[in-house]
Amino acid sequence: MKNKIMTAQEAVARIWDGATIMIGGFMACGTPEILIDALVEKNARNLTIICNDAGVPGRGVGKLLSNGQIKTLIASHVGLNPEVAQRMNTDVPEDKLECILVPQGTLAERIRAGGAGLGGILTPTGVGTIVAEGKQVINVDGRDYLLEKPLKADFALIRGSVTDKFGNTVYNGTTKNFNPLMATAADYVIVGTCEIVEVGAIDPNHVMTSGIFVGAIVGGEKPWQI
Amino acid sequence: MADMRDPKEIIAARVAKELKDGDVVNLGIGLPTMVANFLPEGVNIILQSENGIMGMGPAAEKGKEDVDIINAGAQYVTVNPGAMFFDSATSFGIIRGGHVDATILGALEVDSHGNLANWIVPGKMVPGMGGAMDLVVGARKVIIAMQHTQKGAPKILKECRLPYTAIGVVDMIITEMGVMEVTKDGIVLTEIHPDYTVEQVQAATEAELIISPDLKPMV
Repeated sequence: MKNKIMTAQEAVARIWDGATIMIGGFMACGTPEILIDALVEKNARNLTIICNDAGVPGRGVGKLLSNGQIKTLIASHVGLNPEVAQRMNTDVPEDKLECILVPQGTLAERIRAGGAGLGGILTPTGVGTIVAEGKQVINVDGRDYLLEKPLKADFALIRGSVTDKFGNTVYNGTTKNFNPLMATAADYVIVGTCEIVEVGAIDPNHVMTSGIFVGAIVGGEKPWQI
Repeated sequence: MADMRDPKEIIAARVAKELKDGDVVNLGIGLPTMVANFLPEGVNIILQSENGIMGMGPAAEKGKEDVDIINAGAQYVTVNPGAMFFDSATSFGIIRGGHVDATILGALEVDSHGNLANWIVPGKMVPGMGGAMDLVVGARKVIIAMQHTQKGAPKILKECRLPYTAIGVVDMIITEMGVMEVTKDGIVLTEIHPDYTVEQVQAATEAELIISPDLKPMV
């Protein structure tokens, strides 16, 4: 079996400037902080980040934002990180952030579609709102739906609670959120995990993400704190 | 004698009476969260939290938090026996699929067609819609729980002026002044708080209210 265990620095070494990266978590709960710290250290620039929210300053995706590494942010909610608005409205061109807001359920389903080989999804969410601008409306049996296209990424940084050496992963509680979806929708998936165990130690009934999706495993993830 | 309760408590207590035993309910952040404190005796509801919980319990006690369990407002919470955690696609499948009986949330504006605006004030506040667009489109009943005006300015309008969260989704509006139902003919005032007259409620409302022939006191 190929060794997937490495340091956070080794795991993020292959992330290039301009890459598209999915990052798990909901208000930084279920966000792999050690991988984000390593990405801040590596200082990859002009990133497109796909995540539920912008975290808070100094936490989760907020660290990448503070370091000016994000060019485009695709998220459902950014209101708890005032730095997003500052960077969207700045006159300094190299600090300027493009923020694309997507309804949370649509974001989840577009990522799922990206990982599941679908050409898009039809959702009633956003019909008649500015979210519908520029999108195809398809009527099915009398109801209007928006065609929302799949989302894919070069990398996904996800956070596990327990991961075996093959990459099979369990997420505790509400740390699950976007993590298992993103694990399917990126070319290279890095798991930052709290505990690494031997293959076979996790009951197959409890595995939430199969190791087939996982390229790299990094231990040392800490429990989440507000 | 005037009602001395905080207007938010008046609203939350009245909203709680709309819920039936066994309902699956999603509560928004702020005032809607208070509804859980006012459920009538014998009414147990199942709280859904869109970040991935069915069967959410009360806030966690200080010192007893499970750091892996938060609600959609990023507060540590507990879960009840029989709860389930799930990913965001499953969570919004539950919401969009019509498996949530009621969602209770606030609004910036609601209009006489049941249109809702609660996620953006262009040029001022761009927090993002989060799960609100999915919730109001998917939940079986949408109850808006809010103070009747914003510092005296009406929030219940003929037509929303802010960008929509969704169109034609609001079923009911509950404020400190009364209870209103959105019908195809417009907004019907069905209950009025005893501290106010119909004229006062209409004066605080831009949309023209239809007064129910069966108008009751809001208690």
